[in-house]
Amino acid sequence: MPIDKIVPSVAEAVSGISSGMTIMISGFGFAGVPNDLIQGVLDLGATDLTVISNNAGTGTDGLAALIGSGRVRRIICSYPRSKGSDLFDARYAAGEIELELVPQGTLSERMRAAGAGIGGFFTPTGAGTELAAGKEIRMIDGREYVLETPLRADVALVQAQAADRWGNLVYAKAGRNFGPVMAMAADLTVVQVREIVPLGLLDPEVIVTPSIFVDRVTLMDNEREWDI
Amino acid sequence: MSTALAESVTKLSRLDIARRAAAMIPDGSYVNLGIGIPTLAANVMPAGREIVLHSENGILGVGPAPAEKDRDRDLINASKEYVTLLPGGAYFVHSDAFVMIRGGHLDLALLGAFEVAANGDLANWTTADRRFPPGVGGAMDLAAGAKAIWVLTDHVTKKGEPKIVNACRLPLTAKGVVKRIFTDLALIDVEPRGLVVREMAPGLTLEALQAVTEPALILAQDWREMVVPAT
Repeated sequence: MPIDKIVPSVAEAVSGISSGMTIMISGFGFAGVPNDLIQGVLDLGATDLTVISNNAGTGTDGLAALIGSGRVRRIICSYPRSKGSDLFDARYAAGEIELELVPQGTLSERMRAAGAGIGGFFTPTGAGTELAAGKEIRMIDGREYVLETPLRADVALVQAQAADRWGNLVYAKAGRNFGPVMAMAADLTVVQVREIVPLGLLDPEVIVTPSIFVDRVTLMDNEREWDI
Repeated sequence: MSTALAESVTKLSRLDIARRAAAMIPDGSYVNLGIGIPTLAANVMPAGREIVLHSENGILGVGPAPAEKDRDRDLINASKEYVTLLPGGAYFVHSDAFVMIRGGHLDLALLGAFEVAANGDLANWTTADRRFPPGVGGAMDLAAGAKAIWVLTDHVTKKGEPKIVNACRLPLTAKGVVKRIFTDLALIDVEPRGLVVREMAPGLTLEALQAVTEPALILAQDWREMVVPAT
């Protein structure tokens, strides 16, 4: 039977996402954020979520809307505060959302470790700072290293440029950012794309995320503009 | 503490701080520009030198800001500002962007600062004020991983307090990493003997600079007036 990971709607793409889950959301600033899928999660009504994303949303749509709705109990990110991150800022100031701040390279490497089956790694990033508090420290070649553990999720929501029915992905410029590494690190990887192409059309030399890391693909609404 | 500088002092604008720093980047360097004044440097790189700018969100070969009509929402820098890609540039996944940073492949990173200490300690990620959520971004990775760190910052806070201090009061980003500081008033090298003033803004005296700087400053024998290069 032919493999076909294409699903016809956002609702089907996000089906099964439920309260209490940990969700990775791709994007850096406004580039590469899967707004259609985030809206799908909002529409599902799932709550008590843990979100892993570099930022904490800006404007009134997308991740900001999810956080503003009170559905996110905890966010793991590197840089929550940005121009327009008012919905996060207000919840944070009120103590209504937990924040685990992770250096950006440690964030991506922890996800990569999860995707690669690595049980942890030592990095000099953060050594001697508050963000290393409580973590195992080891001297390696005379330098202080911090033990960091893998970061997995139940679901990864990713935006890409194009996919085929197997789920091979290519991205658009810096919209790639965390997409490929999140796709590796979740039990269920759901992707929204601008374009679906026939199998065999994507150049095998330039496929960025091979299909093995992808579970569902849906076509995004290319006309819709989001306030993010 | 608030110290009014003499009216005759010509402070550098934020863009001129970036311009002064950019002029000192060696030809052929791979350089990351952090959020704030550093990202302005992409628009004022010295002519005749090939310098490859790295952006933590997966770009090598960052070019200057585009004209408004050429903006692409998939092409932004660490400050979430629109940029361009130079011929030879490349896009890659975030984890590889940080392999470049953490693996010691970058020659230089230009970072902003809340505080820099006399020993090169850097604090630039949190003010510990609940109204302003902390944001570490790639700062700790860059501070630990780049071969050299230069800081680009205003010399004092908005309240007029020194940002160059004896010891950081704010939580650290990394210990002992800053090698050079560019401000609107001076160019200062962090050396084992202390903070060495290489250049001062036009009209500034060492006494006036010292009055807005906590650690004792050493004036380099060959110090000169800061000249902002044309770009």
